[in-house]
Amino acid sequence: MPIKDFSQLSDMHIDVLREIGNIGAGNAATSLAKLLDRQVDMKTPVVRIMDIGDVDKAMGGPETPMVAILVEVLGDIHGIMMFVVGQQFTANLLHFLLGDEPVDCMNLTEMQSSALSEIGNIMIGAYVSAISSLAGLNIGISVPAVTADMIGSLLTVPAAEMGSVSDKIIFVEDDFRNEEGIITANMMLIPTIDSLDTLMNGLGITL
Amino acid sequence: MSSLITIGIAEMQVSQPPSAFVTYALGSCVGICLYDPVCKIGALGHILLPTFPRENPNEKLNRYADTCIPEMVSTMERMGCLRSRITAKIAGGAKMFNVADDSAFGNIGARNVEAVKNALQKLQVRIIAEDTGLNYGRTVYFYTENGEMVVKSCAKGVKTL
Repeated sequence: MPIKDFSQLSDMHIDVLREIGNIGAGNAATSLAKLLDRQVDMKTPVVRIMDIGDVDKAMGGPETPMVAILVEVLGDIHGIMMFVVGQQFTANLLHFLLGDEPVDCMNLTEMQSSALSEIGNIMIGAYVSAISSLAGLNIGISVPAVTADMIGSLLTVPAAEMGSVSDKIIFVEDDFRNEEGIITANMMLIPTIDSLDTLMNGLGITL
Repeated sequence: MSSLITIGIAEMQVSQPPSAFVTYALGSCVGICLYDPVCKIGALGHILLPTFPRENPNEKLNRYADTCIPEMVSTMERMGCLRSRITAKIAGGAKMFNVADDSAFGNIGARNVEAVKNALQKLQVRIIAEDTGLNYGRTVYFYTENGEMVVKSCAKGVKTL
């Protein structure tokens, strides 16, 4: 029976999604660690099914400035993936990659934007390729778009793009940590409701 | 002290002085401020999408431009406002991400603004100020004392309309 409504998801489905987040983000964390040549840890992923109206309450206040790298997920499944990075971590990443030029997250230079876009591409690519080989699905991603703004205004984009068929939206969310243990970045997988079926079928889970 | 009423996504409220409204971080969403200067009654709505899906009649009316705005106007009229005096100020409807491979992606902001304008035109409510489109998020404050709309953004600072 295909999923029409997120209330049909059982605990087992949520566990499967959590595991997908775990594997995907694990791969992404490894690729980031290689890129930066330092340790990157992650917390156990959280699967959240939220009212669209509540998305801006996630991740601190709605006006918190954050940098988001967004791609469209294309192919056998559809949706959005977002890699959301705090200002401090963005500055750290850019210093590491581009040297000590000043970073103003709200006014990124073209070079800084494309460096972040490349990080997003590598990390989201690693995440997606892990899921795609696990589920035997053909999944592609678009060229990343980088935007720095109030987190609320960034999170309503997947809400508006994905929310047109339902008042709920599903986030598979992973927090990354550096050695100091501070949460600095967040990877979100936001599939369409139809894609959940495809994903579950690919993994051999009957609904 | 005036009280500040927070309007979330897909919410709408009508109030009068000393109340003021705030709605945070509009991205592709649109905030609609309606005001009757004689009664000093104002309404703020925060819509997410343009058109109410007729196939899902249980959806929240205030999520959609074409159902939220008539609701705002009729609530104001019930409180004694006159349609001919009501004016509108609107903000939001940005294109937050520029996805290169898909030109349709992110057009939801523009479609929201268009739907808001259509709904207001149908009800013959004039738009006297707008700060819409472009590519940045906006927080909107709306004061029922004088009908002022203040738009705050990371990119452009503070604007009073």
